[in-house]
Amino acid sequence: MDFRSALNKAIGLGPAHTGIHHWWLQRLTAVALLPLTLWLIWFMHQLVLLDHAGMLAWLGKPLNGALILAYVSIACYHAHLGLREVIVDYVHHPALRLTSLLGVWMVMLFLALLAWLSMIRIVAAG
Amino acid sequence: MASPTDRPLSPHLQIYHLPLTALLSITHRITGVILSLGLVGLVAILLAIAGGGGSYDAIHSFMNGILGQGFTLLWLLALFVHFCHGIRHLIWDTVAGFEPSTLTRHSGWELTAAVMLTLISWFFL
Repeated sequence: MDFRSALNKAIGLGPAHTGIHHWWLQRLTAVALLPLTLWLIWFMHQLVLLDHAGMLAWLGKPLNGALILAYVSIACYHAHLGLREVIVDYVHHPALRLTSLLGVWMVMLFLALLAWLSMIRIVAAG
Repeated sequence: MASPTDRPLSPHLQIYHLPLTALLSITHRITGVILSLGLVGLVAILLAIAGGGGSYDAIHSFMNGILGQGFTLLWLLALFVHFCHGIRHLIWDTVAGFEPSTLTRHSGWELTAAVMLTLISWFFL
């Protein structure tokens, strides 16, 4: 599908240079999160059932460990893209906008790093 | 000639009655922000599991308590409303489902599916 006019194609994308990248990544992560979200319910189910040793063993299985890290990493990226959109639409003050965009980026990256470090400890303990 | 202030205003958010489609659109954003906060909770759970038996027991009994169950229900509702509306966005991306009658019908399906998925999941949590 190509919705661009002939004039638009000739002029190019203007100072933004790219338009499709953010949109495409948001959709790609959304599609990945559909099955991962259903699996996450299964993880939450284990959380209310299992004791600590049981949970260490369950998350220690390579498939479960990979799936929880896939979920958190992709969800953090998806959340980062979505929150960016919200900030760009509602935060008008330039300095505040830049600060919140940077803040969201750092918080989401930090959350993903915490998840990875936790999993390293869980695998080592399990 | 009427002065500019006498002109009719464009639909004002505080007066204008939003149709269901518009309500779902803003709800998608709100649930997205709520779920971003939920991610903090999920990472906190992982930290608690990694932290050892003491921190795990605390989060485990919180999840099984009435407050934890309430949070879980609200989180599940936000999750599945976002999930189902997200599927509709993916359908729209294929340039389908834009007819007014389809929009309203799909909105109904979406809400029904979200509530059902929430209740089924809550049964397991």
